[in-house]
Amino acid sequence: MSPFDLTIAQAAKALRAKDISAVELTTAYNGAVAALNPRLNAYITTTPELALEQAKAADARLKAGDATALTGIPIAMKDLFCTEGVRTTAASKILSPFVPPYESTVSAKLKAAGAVMLGKANLDEFAMGSANITSAYGPVENPWKRREDADAKLVPGGSSGGSAAAVAARIALAATGTDTGGSIRQPAAFTGLAGIKPTYGRCSRWGIVAFASSLDQAGPMARNAEDCAILLNAMAGFDEKDSTSAPQPVPDFTQALTRGVKGLRIGIPAEYRLEGTNPEILALWDKGIAWLREQGAEIVDISLPHTKYGLAVYYIVAPAEASSNLARYDGVRFGARVDGVDLIDMYERTRAAGFGAEVKRRIMIGTYVLSHGYYDAYYLKAQKVRNLILRDFSNAFGKVDAILTPTAPSAAFGLGEKMDDPVTMYLNDVFTVPASLAGVPAMSVPAGLNAEGLPLGLQVIGKHFDEETVFAVSAAIEQAAGFAALPEVRAK
Amino acid sequence: MAYSLEGRTGTWEVVVGLEVHAQVISESKLFSGASATYGGAPNAHVSFVDAGFPGMLPVINKECVAQAVRTGLGLKAQINLFSRFDRKNYFYADLPNGYQISQFAHPVVGTGTVEIELQDGTIKQIGITRLHLEQDAGKSMHDQHASKSVIDLNRAGVALMEIVSEPDIRSPEEAGAYLRKLRQILRYLGTCDGNMEEGSMRADVNVSVRKAGEAFRTRCEIKNVNSIRFVMHAVEAEALRQIEIWESGGEVVQETRLYDPSKGETRSMRSKEDAHDYRYFPEPDLLPLVLEQSWVDELAAKLPELPDEKRARFCDQYGIPFYDAGVLVAEQATADFYETVAKTRDGKLAANWITGDFFAALNRTGTTIETSPVSAAALGQLLDLIADKTINGRIAKDVFEEMVETGAMPADIVEKKGLRQVTDTGAIDAAVTKVLAENADKVAEYKSGKDKLFGFFVGQVMKAMQGKGNPALVNEAVKKQLG
Amino acid sequence: MSLDAATVRRIARLARIRVEDAEVETLKSELNAILGYVEQLDEVDVDGIAPLASVVQLGLRQREDQLSDGEIAEQVLANAPDRIGNFFAVPKVVE
Repeated sequence: MSPFDLTIAQAAKALRAKDISAVELTTAYNGAVAALNPRLNAYITTTPELALEQAKAADARLKAGDATALTGIPIAMKDLFCTEGVRTTAASKILSPFVPPYESTVSAKLKAAGAVMLGKANLDEFAMGSANITSAYGPVENPWKRREDADAKLVPGGSSGGSAAAVAARIALAATGTDTGGSIRQPAAFTGLAGIKPTYGRCSRWGIVAFASSLDQAGPMARNAEDCAILLNAMAGFDEKDSTSAPQPVPDFTQALTRGVKGLRIGIPAEYRLEGTNPEILALWDKGIAWLREQGAEIVDISLPHTKYGLAVYYIVAPAEASSNLARYDGVRFGARVDGVDLIDMYERTRAAGFGAEVKRRIMIGTYVLSHGYYDAYYLKAQKVRNLILRDFSNAFGKVDAILTPTAPSAAFGLGEKMDDPVTMYLNDVFTVPASLAGVPAMSVPAGLNAEGLPLGLQVIGKHFDEETVFAVSAAIEQAAGFAALPEVRAK
Repeated sequence: MAYSLEGRTGTWEVVVGLEVHAQVISESKLFSGASATYGGAPNAHVSFVDAGFPGMLPVINKECVAQAVRTGLGLKAQINLFSRFDRKNYFYADLPNGYQISQFAHPVVGTGTVEIELQDGTIKQIGITRLHLEQDAGKSMHDQHASKSVIDLNRAGVALMEIVSEPDIRSPEEAGAYLRKLRQILRYLGTCDGNMEEGSMRADVNVSVRKAGEAFRTRCEIKNVNSIRFVMHAVEAEALRQIEIWESGGEVVQETRLYDPSKGETRSMRSKEDAHDYRYFPEPDLLPLVLEQSWVDELAAKLPELPDEKRARFCDQYGIPFYDAGVLVAEQATADFYETVAKTRDGKLAANWITGDFFAALNRTGTTIETSPVSAAALGQLLDLIADKTINGRIAKDVFEEMVETGAMPADIVEKKGLRQVTDTGAIDAAVTKVLAENADKVAEYKSGKDKLFGFFVGQVMKAMQGKGNPALVNEAVKKQLG
Repeated sequence: MSLDAATVRRIARLARIRVEDAEVETLKSELNAILGYVEQLDEVDVDGIAPLASVVQLGLRQREDQLSDGEIAEQVLANAPDRIGNFFAVPKVVE
């Protein structure tokens, strides 16, 4: 079997069986990265030497019998995780010279488990975007192609677009992502991957460049639910350095994969059947419902009445927090600086040159909604509606064990599309944002292809800290869907 | 007499409210494990959290919360079991995150009071509006380089308590008394060292003026005044400036000003001009601060005795005057020193010795109560030697001076120098006989009615006995022999 | 509510982002499009609803007061665009 077709679980088995060494596996992936990354632009920074070093250490651990399920597994690290000694840019010009002297908790856990880091994956600048087109290091190309139009470049979704493209194109075995309003789930859906945004508080945010603190969550992106479970096992856990980290025990998520859905009550929210939604998406959703019913789940119609306000809440709360979180990029202690005649001029020039258009827009919207005279009308109001959205989920979870929805309103679209105004782009997140606002876990699994041959995903939403049910339902869908399609551009 | 200022158009009243920033005594910073110690090499006591690095997150220091609660209890204030942190957003070179974590909407401590005493003995209550916890900023220095300012973040993130008073203060004297009292309470509580020179206590002074009976007029805020004397001066200077504006038909503009001690005036602070929209919002990296009443009760139970209570108790327990008690409780160390001396002895005598000879000696030798060569135990022993008549009061003064000079214990000095008081009536009688014989002419004068000479004979006898005679016995013997 | 050019400039100033004159109109229309979209919240009745700042329904965890960090000046300064000795350096500030 080609090393590029392996899942984490299979690769781990092969490594233990000495069918392949970690160095061989990493060398293969390093080669694939070198070959395909110039085209896909999935990585901002590649770290082949570091990867080889880590692979050697992994082989030693494998030999010593001290290996974990991730030892020797080559992964891509979203360039939002600070990595000690490895440049971390958040896809922004303003952080282009930044080399963190520390390692984020999540990446440190993966490192400790023996995972091999191939490089830092591209993303939308500061994770703000849904198409990975706002990166200061250029857009990422989706390795999937439309059947009829193989030349058109499609976006991989965002913001974890580099992670998604890398895993889909087999130039990483798996990847880390972060999700603030859909940044793991939507690109996973656009690239035929599984990806989970865990419960808010499940993974430490320490060392991850912050976008919107009350929403940001790290999570895995991989070829299937099982790989996601293996990764999340290592990524999750209480961290005393993050005050919002949950003091919750971490179960073995892989155990939940085979639970099945028999007897589970699955909620189908009426409000996600938005007018104008692509019929292919609705048809796939219906298929998903049928699969679950066939496997013994009880399908329950539910209502999440404030769903339609999710995006509006999100586009107030997230920019507000971002406007403050990004104030630290001022050219004083780290990052790029543009000189000015005085301190204020230096700030203004540094930030004007350092931030891209979308980031500036969001900082300005966030600044405005928090400013004197507008706070109550925008920010406070949004927080109240956010409470209503949380209540919607709490009420729903009184009746059901999980909720099934589409992940995104469309399949991957072309580079340059949906650019008429910022709001058109924002609408991509319509199905993913509510779970972010409520802090509940949500996973996208690939469930089929559209007529153009592009992957589509279904989203499974669970109760707070019940990722296990999310995995159980996702695995059931995955099994029923039997998704096996591969993207056009990939390492072979 | 209430303080007022005379203008061309009549009498003006001054209205002052103070916002005191008191640096919390703790090992580490409010939200990081870096040292909160003053000073240090530039940027030494700085973590990545304090420097606002990407992905860094705050974790609150429990001791800082406890210190705020203790202070709240000391200010007889309401302790809010639910409080919350907000971000105050503004850009400044020494504010690494571009926001300060503070408590805006829900402070940890609510309303309280501070009782001040004025020179004329008037007692006045000054209301406390609130106390909240927040981070200090770093330090910008503008005079180290020709074209650049340099930044040291050692102070960035150190816990501060911002203590806000009601606009109840009506004179520079009241402002001074309030600050001294607040500092005294903080020091007693051990929550802030009150050292204004090192900046661990700073005051923002809100000043306005009005005619009698008027509502408040526009106020100006004088930022970061770093001594009590300067606060008092700044209040007057700013009040006079505002009166001048009003009286010449102008309008006082609400603004932030700086006090320039060298010129004795305030001036507008341009750099803060457009920093007014702070865009406060709940700090999303922290959760609400929820306290248990039982924990607050525990802190309350362990609270030290505060100056007002101690003063009342000293008057009561040791029978000393209210004024003296005030002097003795001014500093915790003095109060402790006094109590050690007074506990099993004559409280009044102890108070007299401490406020008299002892304070004079500290002054003269430039020492403090902590570094004084005379310990409380030594002074106590001296008082014991007086009480058990081992030495008399006059000798005691000499012994004390010797103690100040050498640091020796009084009993040793008395022993070594043979200063023990003579109570042997035989020896005293002999000395009296000798003195009277040597001064037969004076004896004759005395007997013819010059009563005043009695003191002369006593003095001569004491002198003959090198001051060691028991004064009462000497008196008695002189009286007897003179018939 | 709709932003005018002056407000766009004021926000940019507050956010310390230099905006060239030529950018103001574009920014204005983009920001107004976003504000126009989020204004649909006006139709939601939030009477008696508390604002939600965090989905975590726990109180703040407090750490012990121990020295556990700092004394890493060189690392703290390593990424500085400009430094003088162990200080960060910025253009001179006039107070």
